[in-house]
Amino acid sequence: MKMPLPDRQILAKRAQIVGRLRALVPGEGVIADEDELRVFECDGLMAYKQLPLVVVLPETTAQVSAILKTCHALGVKIVPRGAGTGLSGGALPLADAVTLGLGKFKKILDIDYANRCAVVQPGVTNMAITNAVAGEGYYYAPDPSSRIACTIGGNVAENAGGMHCLKYGLTTNNLLGVEMVLMNGEVIRLGGKHLDAGGLDLLGAITGSEGLLGVITEVTVRILKKPATQRALLLGFDSVEAGGDCVAKIIAGGIVPGAMEMMDKMAIDAMQRFVDSGYPLDVESLLVVELDGPEAEVEYLTGRVEKIASEAGSTFLRVSQSEAEREQFWKGRMSAFPSVGRISPDYMTMDGTIPRHRLPQVLARMTEMSAKYGLRVANVFHAGDGNLHPLVLFDANKAGDLDKAEAFGADILKLCVEVGGVLSGEHGIGVEKRDLMGKMFTEVDLQQQQLLKCAFDQGGLLNPGKVYPTLHRCAEMGRLHVSGGRLPFPDIPRF
Amino acid sequence: MAETFKPETVNHIVEATQWAAANGMALDICGHGTKRGLGKPVQADAVLDLSGLSGITLYEPEELVMSARAGTPMAEIEAALQEANQMLAFEPWSPQFLYGQTGGTIGGVLACNGSGPRRMQVGAARDHMLGFNAVGGGGEVFKSGGRVVKNVTGFDLTKLMAGAMGTLGVLTDVSFKVLPRPEKARTVLLFGAVDVSQALIKAQCSEHELSACAHLPQVLAMRSSVDFVKNAGASVTAVRIEGPAPSLAVRCAALRELLAPLGAGVDELHTVNTETLWAEIRDVQYFDATKQIWRISVAPSEGPAIAVGLADRLGGEYVLDWAGGLIWLAVDPADDAHVNSVRGALASGHATLMRATQAVRRHVPVFQPQTDALTALTARVRENYDPAGIFNPGRMV
Ligand SMILES: Cc1cc2nc3c(=O)[nH]c(=O)nc-3n(C[C@H](O)[C@H](O)[C@H](O)COP(=O)(O)OP(=O)(O)OC[C@H]3O[C@@H](n4cnc5c(N)ncnc54)[C@H](O)[C@@H]3O)c2cc1C
Repeated sequence: MKMPLPDRQILAKRAQIVGRLRALVPGEGVIADEDELRVFECDGLMAYKQLPLVVVLPETTAQVSAILKTCHALGVKIVPRGAGTGLSGGALPLADAVTLGLGKFKKILDIDYANRCAVVQPGVTNMAITNAVAGEGYYYAPDPSSRIACTIGGNVAENAGGMHCLKYGLTTNNLLGVEMVLMNGEVIRLGGKHLDAGGLDLLGAITGSEGLLGVITEVTVRILKKPATQRALLLGFDSVEAGGDCVAKIIAGGIVPGAMEMMDKMAIDAMQRFVDSGYPLDVESLLVVELDGPEAEVEYLTGRVEKIASEAGSTFLRVSQSEAEREQFWKGRMSAFPSVGRISPDYMTMDGTIPRHRLPQVLARMTEMSAKYGLRVANVFHAGDGNLHPLVLFDANKAGDLDKAEAFGADILKLCVEVGGVLSGEHGIGVEKRDLMGKMFTEVDLQQQQLLKCAFDQGGLLNPGKVYPTLHRCAEMGRLHVSGGRLPFPDIPRF
Repeated sequence: MAETFKPETVNHIVEATQWAAANGMALDICGHGTKRGLGKPVQADAVLDLSGLSGITLYEPEELVMSARAGTPMAEIEAALQEANQMLAFEPWSPQFLYGQTGGTIGGVLACNGSGPRRMQVGAARDHMLGFNAVGGGGEVFKSGGRVVKNVTGFDLTKLMAGAMGTLGVLTDVSFKVLPRPEKARTVLLFGAVDVSQALIKAQCSEHELSACAHLPQVLAMRSSVDFVKNAGASVTAVRIEGPAPSLAVRCAALRELLAPLGAGVDELHTVNTETLWAEIRDVQYFDATKQIWRISVAPSEGPAIAVGLADRLGGEYVLDWAGGLIWLAVDPADDAHVNSVRGALASGHATLMRATQAVRRHVPVFQPQTDALTALTARVRENYDPAGIFNPGRMV
């Protein structure tokens, strides 16, 4: 993976930059010591490591603004960072960039039940929001598996998803407002406790922008009342096709479950071995379907799903009989990553989305690729919305294995695009999938995306080297390439 | 009268765009032109009529997705959805009552980020639009997003286009999410709520998953075509629930019990009446055609007091939707559309002048003014996407 070459002049000015930052953020808020910098050398994509130029941990929006303004003036790059759980290298440091960590933005500012929202600082973890409102029977719906650790700021930056996004939407659908600081130090507010931000939907556009457009310093999210009842069903099938068919039939039947997860045999075995979740070992695919709502509704829908499953040929069917059992059913799926970590020294988490009905075809092709590369792959799948997480197993200590795994992963993502899907469903592009962007988008498509970048950060100082294979110079793109002043349009019908 | 171009291919649009860019000509981009009354009037040199780019190109009900050319009539989209028992869950409003026009295209609905009462539960057009193809300000043909719901592959330009009202590019193809129609719907009515704000909050903060929650003062309720509402003899607070029958029965009973102590009585509407009532609210059917109309979005708990205050002060009428978060305010026509009173009443949120004559809209800021930093940022975005200023120039500022 090629990163932009570090700017030697910036490296040479390191002491001066550290000094300027210390003047803005006192004491331990500026980290320049090499040992301490190690903590920040990578995010969840651990194959890539780089020591940052310096780390700064501000505590107030005013400090963030001052840092960005100063760096803007000095031409110093910034890499924003939440908890560093990102899986695509979005928070990977750059040798010539300041890593700006939001770890000290930990306050829950306002819980407003009447308006069903919470206003929090970006360093608050996803789980902490739910915990803060759980007492009143509320929760924050998007639930990435990393929710104990990942921050809401990082969630906004990656448009994070989770098991329950099928029914309740992704981060972007649950976000009401942000305060953010632009690279030039200006502070803007988008949205608030009301709906629809007014003007252009910049709130929507910055969600999922992977730290390239600004530093988020405050977040307002919608909170929901917890459903009265939740019940999970385990449905086993003797083929992947039958499992996929069941998913399609549930959706076609007008049912939108709270969550609908699928896994293949390799994943089932790994999870069940890791933690007893009641998963059968003699099936080829397994669904966890969660129904939620009033007791009467859950009861009724359970009956319907059971019927659909047996028509789709389920060979295993279990309905959770208690809250403890429901939690047990989820245990395996929730620990997909550590389970797989147990059966392989290393693994790479892929994250593509496909039109759901292409699943059997995609899995069949993956089996072929697995044979070709000589690497195993386990699959977990947010089946309801077509978001696929193939886990490619490899051994980094074996020469050539990492390269093979990366090539395998890239092939999987190309396949996702080929069948009408996308490169990333929820983990973002970062550095990991950056060079695959051309598989999904034309050069013109990518330039159009970067026009947005130019409006926010003309100098390209925020998180460079991420998401886009080449960052076009803004001035170049601004120039119009218009060919003709001719008016003939020989063939446009006119009136 | 400006000349009208009616492109039939994307290439036609590219040609028209390049011509306009090279000659500094402004294009009025429209589908059926049913929402021309929304936004600032555009001084265009030519009309780019997209209704020739029409047709559903992909509909996979099991995948909950549809794609269509931007100029496809809404009627065609809705007929296809109806057949598969699905819907556009964000409930786009019909322009008939606000602007006296029927019809409309899917491109126009998405470009205006339309939404109705279900907005508070499932989001607006922006939350359902998945991807698009467009022609940019220099004639570039480009796409963004996709046809799948979960997608973090590059910047989400789809959100930017939804609600940009054609000012950032010409949509040629759109993909969007569709959802199953609920099996059944019911509306619980509370008559004569003593404390409207409290009633709305109580209902909305219950666990009964409302799909809509509105309040009609008595004078407006009397204009409903639903008898239970019309003859209420009091204000009507209405909450809608949707789902399978067994679920509705339980939730309906629970909501009646919850709301009954808060007013003078409760009742309920079943499917047909429910549909009628919410279509009336969605399409803003209660106001006289001569009134100027504001659409005001605020924190739900603040809505009732702001609405009452403004209506008293300006002698206006209002409907509250989105559990109080949306105020439809109708006022007697004034040259300034009472803009200072309306915007002055908001501590946060935004007010859009939805209906007024062209002359009024020319000099009154139709959209909520923004802070300097945000105005500058928005201007940079516009300049980058439409450097020659040819797409509906001035419509949103
Ligand atoms: C075990 C495990 C399970 C996971 N499961 C899921 C899952 O189910 N669903 C899912 O969507 N993701 C999942 N992830 C990925 C990851 O947790 C999410 O992407 C998360 O949103 C990242 O949050 P973070 O605080 O760790 O951000 P970081 O990793 O620190 O940063 C992520 C990106 O956001 C930017 N950023 C961070 N904070 C800000 C800010 N305040 N302002 C501007 N930019 C900012 C960074 O520059 C970077 O580009 C998982 C990760 C792990 C390790």
